Amino acid sequence: MRLDNRAGRKHFFFEKKKQKTFGCLAAVLLTMAAAPQYGIGRVPTDAEINAWNIDVSPDGAGLPPGRGSVEQGAHIFAARCAACHGADGAAGNGAPIAKLVGGMGTLASAKPVKTVGSYWPYATTLYDYIHRAMPLGNAQSLAPDEVYAVTAYVLNLNGIVPAGTVLDAASLAAVKMPNRHGFFPTPHEP
Amino acid sequence: MASRRKILSAGLGAAAAVMGGRRAVAGTAGTEGALGAPLLSPPYGQPSPYEASVVRKLWHPTSIPQIGVSLTPLQDLHGIITPSGLHYERHHAGVPSIDPDRHELLIHGMVHRPLMFTMDDLLRLPSVSKIHFLECSGNSQLWKAAPATATVQDTHGMLSCSEWTGVRLADLLDQAGIAPGAHWVLAEGADGAAMTRSIPLAKALDDALVAYAQNGEMLRPEQGFPLRLLLPGFEGNTNIKWLRRLKIGAAPWMTREETSKYTDIMPNTGGRARQFAFIMEVKSVVTTPSGGQTLRGHGFREIRGLAWSGRGAIKRVEVSVDGGATWRDAALQGPVLPICLTRFRLPWHWEGAPATILSRATDDHGNVQPTHDALVAERGPAAYYHYNAIHAWSLAETGVVTNAA
Repeated sequence: MRLDNRAGRKHFFFEKKKQKTFGCLAAVLLTMAAAPQYGIGRVPTDAEINAWNIDVSPDGAGLPPGRGSVEQGAHIFAARCAACHGADGAAGNGAPIAKLVGGMGTLASAKPVKTVGSYWPYATTLYDYIHRAMPLGNAQSLAPDEVYAVTAYVLNLNGIVPAGTVLDAASLAAVKMPNRHGFFPTPHEP
Repeated sequence: MASRRKILSAGLGAAAAVMGGRRAVAGTAGTEGALGAPLLSPPYGQPSPYEASVVRKLWHPTSIPQIGVSLTPLQDLHGIITPSGLHYERHHAGVPSIDPDRHELLIHGMVHRPLMFTMDDLLRLPSVSKIHFLECSGNSQLWKAAPATATVQDTHGMLSCSEWTGVRLADLLDQAGIAPGAHWVLAEGADGAAMTRSIPLAKALDDALVAYAQNGEMLRPEQGFPLRLLLPGFEGNTNIKWLRRLKIGAAPWMTREETSKYTDIMPNTGGRARQFAFIMEVKSVVTTPSGGQTLRGHGFREIRGLAWSGRGAIKRVEVSVDGGATWRDAALQGPVLPICLTRFRLPWHWEGAPATILSRATDDHGNVQPTHDALVAERGPAAYYHYNAIHAWSLAETGVVTNAA
């Protein structure tokens, strides 16, 4: 365990501090070996971790079992989302209510319109965000089937999936967003 | 008793009358011999009622009062510490009310041993205190001309500076043990938005704090009570408030807040956006004189302002009163700390001529605050976040100061 921990720290020091000499490395390893263990904190149960572990990664890791269709999503959207986002997801101008639909082809213009369809690089992020933060004031109240359905509906509003689509963990992770390659890491950042 | 009270109050009245006369002569103000307010009024001290105008204000009111930004009144503050009650706010789903006895921090993912910490646990661990600024990456929306009436609260108020106390995140991660191949940390808040950002593991192991206190007391609710992440120099939103979960992983999670928001489309890229622009670059602003103020009377005064850099300490601040034709070095008032607001001061005699007042900061990495034109040229027409250009105030013969950016 401690050896593996050292490996993690070595990686960090090489990247961040650009340590160059063996002497520095030796000093670093010595410091790491001395990293104290306080015996404070408890090991959580798997059930506790699972209850909190809600994030979804771009590769679909974290997506729960379940499925939902565009059609089901239209009904849920009308009931739970349309009051703010409009019946067709086109209400709002970015703040505080995000426009969900439209803006295709505007990103290179002087006035880009950033929506789920035009800007978001990963469909999995849509599931993650709808589940964790929506509907505003009653977040995490939608069941997985409902989140899949709303995700499918918003993607359909943007013309990214056809009307008959049913999304689940595998098919959502396979959705290719139009702006998938629209981002690059900032140079000179850590 | 009744008559005695009457006599006493008559006596106090007479004393007040005498005092009034004395005040009129000596020009002093105060209790002048009469009793002031008792101790503990109130038990938690408040600013003088004469300072009632020194408050945060909304940036732009939105249709949802739980979502938005409030601004620090930089024009009214002194030194480098922002009073906790005046720290700017950025909330994505309002301010949660969290019982610290029921709050826990989970560390899991690519670790050898997932761990759960109570607030009591965290308070037992070695504590460190550091003074750092926080700035929203959306601060200073001056890409296009702003109204002449804008104050420094309007233009730069998403900026505050506090002493933060907590546990080094590296110490916490040492307890869990980082697995090989881990490079990122997901930080998640316990607010209604379950706000999440991916943080480079290198930053987490460098100078990150899990902070429970601010300016000597436990965090204010709107600053994350009972626990927040503090990433010195990183854009404000990454300093997750109401912190409840840290997950260690190999790659960033591409959350909504690091794809849809807090990214900037760059010029000449075919509409592609830069992502993970974490660091708040070198910046400064004159706070006295600043927009909305009126200079009364000619003669000596100090030009004062604030400078800061997310990359290190402020090395130099130059001030111009002629729109940038000539510059003079301002004095840096100690302490000059890394990734911290630094107060600068320049003695000045104003004899009534119009002036355009600028400041230009340089940090100890040699980064120099850019001009507005240079920054706009670099960042293009779609730029939104990370504005750090030189700011200008216009001073008229009347003494009225207006925004010239």
